[in-house]
Order: sequence, then C-alpha cells, then structure tokens
Amino acid sequence: MSDLLRMRDVSLTYRSEGGDVPAVRNVDLDLDRGEIVGIAGESGCGKSTLASTILRLQPPTARVTGEVLFEGQDVLTMSWGHLRALRWAGASMVFQGALHSLNPVQRVGDQIAEPIHLHDPETSDKQAHLRVGELLEQVGLPAARARAYPHQLSGGQKQRIMIAMALACRPRLIVADEPTTALDVMVQAQVLHVLSGLVHELGVGMLMISHDLSVLADLCDRIVVMYGGRVVEQGPSKLVFGEALHPYAEALSAAFPRVGDPAARYAPSGLPGDPPDPAALPPGCSFAPRCPRVIDDCTRAVPELRSFGGDRQASCIRVGQP
Amino acid sequence: MTLATNPSVAEAAEEVETSRRHRSYGRYVLGKVLGSLASLAFVLVVNFFLFRVLPGDPARNLSRGRFVSKGQLAAFNKTYGLDQSVPQQFLTYLNNTLHGDLGISIKYRVPVSQLILDRLWPTLLLVGTSTILAAIIGVWLGIRGAWKRGGAFDKASTGTSLTLYSMPEWWLGLLLIAVFAVGWGPIPGIFPTGGLHSVDAQPGTLSGVLDTAWHLTLPVITLTLAYLADYSLIMRSSLLDELGEDYLTTARAKGLRDIVVRNRHAVPNALLPTTTVIALSIGFVVSGAITIETVFSIPGLGLLGVDALETPDFWVLQGTFMVASAGVIAANLVANLLYGLLDPRVRT
Repeated sequence: MSDLLRMRDVSLTYRSEGGDVPAVRNVDLDLDRGEIVGIAGESGCGKSTLASTILRLQPPTARVTGEVLFEGQDVLTMSWGHLRALRWAGASMVFQGALHSLNPVQRVGDQIAEPIHLHDPETSDKQAHLRVGELLEQVGLPAARARAYPHQLSGGQKQRIMIAMALACRPRLIVADEPTTALDVMVQAQVLHVLSGLVHELGVGMLMISHDLSVLADLCDRIVVMYGGRVVEQGPSKLVFGEALHPYAEALSAAFPRVGDPAARYAPSGLPGDPPDPAALPPGCSFAPRCPRVIDDCTRAVPELRSFGGDRQASCIRVGQP
Repeated sequence: MTLATNPSVAEAAEEVETSRRHRSYGRYVLGKVLGSLASLAFVLVVNFFLFRVLPGDPARNLSRGRFVSKGQLAAFNKTYGLDQSVPQQFLTYLNNTLHGDLGISIKYRVPVSQLILDRLWPTLLLVGTSTILAAIIGVWLGIRGAWKRGGAFDKASTGTSLTLYSMPEWWLGLLLIAVFAVGWGPIPGIFPTGGLHSVDAQPGTLSGVLDTAWHLTLPVITLTLAYLADYSLIMRSSLLDELGEDYLTTARAKGLRDIVVRNRHAVPNALLPTTTVIALSIGFVVSGAITIETVFSIPGLGLLGVDALETPDFWVLQGTFMVASAGVIAANLVANLLYGLLDPRVRT
C-alpha cells in the first residue's frame, strides 16, 4: 500500500470551443516513500498533464476528476491555503526545459531562497544564504554561483539550479518533468547522476517523466507507460524495458537499441504513424491504428488493464495470444 | 555527491566576478553616454541647416505691409548676422551654442534662452504631470486587465483606453471645456476655460499655487486621458506575453499566492518594455503639447515653436528644436541606463 502518492481514476479534460479534449483518462498510480517511478510515452500522451495535477497546477480550463491523494489528503479538493502549504514543502517539481523555468531577472540564489523563506518565515537571510550555498554544493555547483543570473549559466547548470531549488524545502516527493530533455548526452548523464544520487541519499520519492525509456530503465524502480492519455503498461523497470507485454511499450523500448545488440543494429525499428489526437481518439484501443498485432476485436472496446503477475499490468487483449 | 569547494577560493571567485560585473556595467554606461553625445552633435548640425531651407525671408515677413527701404532691410540683416555667408553663419552658430548663447529672438527681441525658460515651466507642469499620471494609471490598468484577461475589468479598461486613444485630444479638450468650464445642463462650469492663472493671482503664495492647479485641472485631465492608452495597452500586452512563461508555473508550484506571483515575478519582467516607453515619452515632455496648449491658451514651448515658424524666427526655432531633441536624447539615455539596471541580460 503506497502512502506517499496515490492517484485513483484520474481523468483530465480540457474544455475548448471545439469540444472536450480528454488528455488523461482513468489513470491509477502509486508511489511509495523513497521509490522512483518513471512515466514514459511519446509527446502528447498526457504524462506532463498527469503530473501537473499532483500540485493542482493544471490550467483553469481543465476539469479533473478522480482522486490525487498526497499522504492521504486529496490535492484536488483541499483548500487553497492548505494547497499552498503543500506546494514545494511537501512535493516540489523539476520542470522540463530549465531554460525558461527560472525567472530571467532574478539571481538564482534568490530564486532558490524564495520557497525557503515562504515555507519557513522564521528563516533569517543569513540562514537561507547558507542553505542555498549548501544546496548548490549538493548539486555540484560552487556556492558563489548563487549570485549568477540564469542567462549566465549553461543549460546543465540551470537544470542543476532547478534540482537544488526542488530540494530547498526538503520535500517528500519530487516530480521531475523531462529534467534532461534540453541537454546534450554528456550533461544529461551528469544531471541524472546528481538527481538519482540525491534521491537515494535523501530518501525522497520521485516521479520522473521522460520519453526516453532507456533513461527511466536505469533510474527507476517501476515504469508506467502511457499512450493516448491512458496507462497501457506498468511494472518493474527492467521487465518493461526488456520484455514489454504491450506492443506499444515494446516498440518504445525497441526505439532505444541496447549497445552491442546485433539484432537491434540490423533491424532499426521505428513506429509508423503519429500519436493519437486526444480530441479525436479512435474507437476501442487507441493504439490499434498503429499496432502491428491488431485484430478486429481491438477496435470494439477499450481494453482493461489486466494483471500478469509480479506487479505487472498491461492493457492489451493480445497479450498471451499467439 | 557533495563537491568540496575551498571557501576562500569561492570568495575570491565571487569578488572577481563582482568586479567584472561592475566593470561591464561601467563599460555599458560609457558606451551609451558616448552614443548620446554623438546624437547631440548630429542634431546640432542638422538644427542649423533644417531651418535655413525654410521658405521666407525674416526681414520681409516682419516688415510686411509697411514701407521699408533697402537700407533698413540690410541693417536688420546685419544686426542678426543674416548678411554673412551660410558657412560663416554656421560657425557663429556653433560657437554661440557651445557657449550657451541661443541668440536673440527676431520677433520678441529677447534672448531665446530667456524665452525658453519662461515657457518651460507651464509646459513641464502640464505635460509632465499628465505623462506621470497617465503612466501610473495606465500601468495599473494594464496589469489588472492582463492578469484577469477577458474579465469585466479587462474589457472595460481596454475599451475605454482604445476609445480615448482614437479620440483627437483637442476635441476631447473642447468637450471638457464645454461641459466643465462653460457648463452644460445641470453641470455648472466651475473650471476656467484657459490660461495658467487668474489676473488677480499672487504668484508664490499658496492661493497662487492653488489657482494654477485649478487652471491646469482640465488640460491635465485631457492629456492624461489622451496618453493613457499608450501605457495601459503596452503594459497589458507585455504582461500577456509573460503569462504563459514557465517561470510563473515554477513560482506557483513554490506555493506563492497569486498576487505575489504577479507582483514579484510577472510584473518586473513585463515592466521592461513599458519602462522604455515611459522614459522616452518623458523626453517628449519638453516638446510641449501644441494642440492642448492652443485649446487651453497655455503659454508653453509647443506654442512658442509654432509661432516661430511663421516669421521664421530662426533662433527661437533652433532653440526649441535643440531643447526638444536634447530632452529626447537624454530620456533615451536614461531609458538605456535604467534598462541595464533592470535587466541583467542587457549589460553582459
């Protein structure tokens, strides 16, 4: 039983003039204290949208149903005062594209200190200053960088600032939304190393969102694969990456070939077609139009998420069939 | 995980960085000041030739309708140095201007610098007050409207701004005179129709100051309303540009109140373009407001310039033009320096 984060039947619908757009549909997700869970999927599959509901950061035009329980309390229905107290102190975020997630006209040190002062008004400037220096050194930056403005830092440094900022109030949960997407491969490895090291060291729970299944497989305990706003497969990360059940998860993991695997080298695999438009979802299984194993039954009803033992679930009627 | 840094090394690095930052802002300031001086020199040259190509002969225009001998015309031209060759006149002009001598007005026969100083105060009071009021109210309207975009306040303020913006300011002024100075229906005309003070006012006393304020009420309201949209619309659109920015989501995720997210994060970034517009329009204060000065009979710099065009009164034209240009150039410099202070990205 997970006690940190429990999402039950969460759906998010954007209301627009052209009609309702379901971006997330009936998602269940659990996360334990100190556990790292990855959410994988293509752009537009609803993974960032799902993450935004954890701190109720979804845009005002969105309607959310279901339950998002953080330490047993429903984030979606709690009072604004309660929610503000929970934000950053209980759960913080490392946003995608640190390029724009920092205020361009404030020193990064002040931006890191801001939530410290906010959630503990007793903190003196001196204490906050020391804490900022400590946080910066934790992410491998000299404390003097606190005086820098965002434009004076590289992409990797900015992402480290975001991580330091996320740790500022010692949260129990960190939601990392594509934390390394804008970075080159070497810097990406450094940032991930810093992030996972700190999460293990501090025992923080983390929800990590990425389109890169190989990154998630390295870092996470469990992986949730999303497609068309729904969970299509979830399970221990090694199994989801190595022996996926759902054809989409399989295609996703085949898109990141393992080094030294001759089969992957000679049979480069890609998935034809585009992810579905949430405003015009196909009937039945959303993946059916792109699925190599599709049969007529796939388009009749939305497949249920079924258990396959060992904490594995997949929503595909073809699993187990020849 | 922790990267050990020698504190003294870190401090030294910080010091070096701080001094580099000061130096880079110093260099930025120096560059902008030199640029402004170059513009000023350019204006000084253009200023002379611009008015020499105007049609009309000052001596003939002043003596229009009267009999004057050739000798008298020649004497007039000699007094004002108009008999010299143009290059010679130019050199005299340069020399005098650099010594602060703007020449003698042909029409009024007093030093131009004196004339400009007399006219400067009414213009500063009228246009300066209106610009500052319009900027403050406009920025406030823009912020409130943009933050709740599409709301009742936004619709009302944008609609009003646009209506006032498209209204000719002299017409608005006439309307206000008709209603509040002359009186209309049950509304009594309590304000004066024009001028800067009453005939019996004693300058320098409290009653004199109040009298001037009473005379300036309608013209200041007119100009404030006319200028309002300049600030409210630009503030609104630059804040709207910021609304979708990711750093605002970061600020919200931190648990800040909506009003703090707005005032501490969104507004400082959105104020950058508005600051430039405000600083530049303050530069135009010394150019005067010709139409409103005319409608409300306020003896300001705008009227002085228009009068001087008729003669043509070269020295007054040159003087008012010089003051107006210097105002704009100075305001431009202030805008640049301010921008460098407000936006760390500009100075590095």
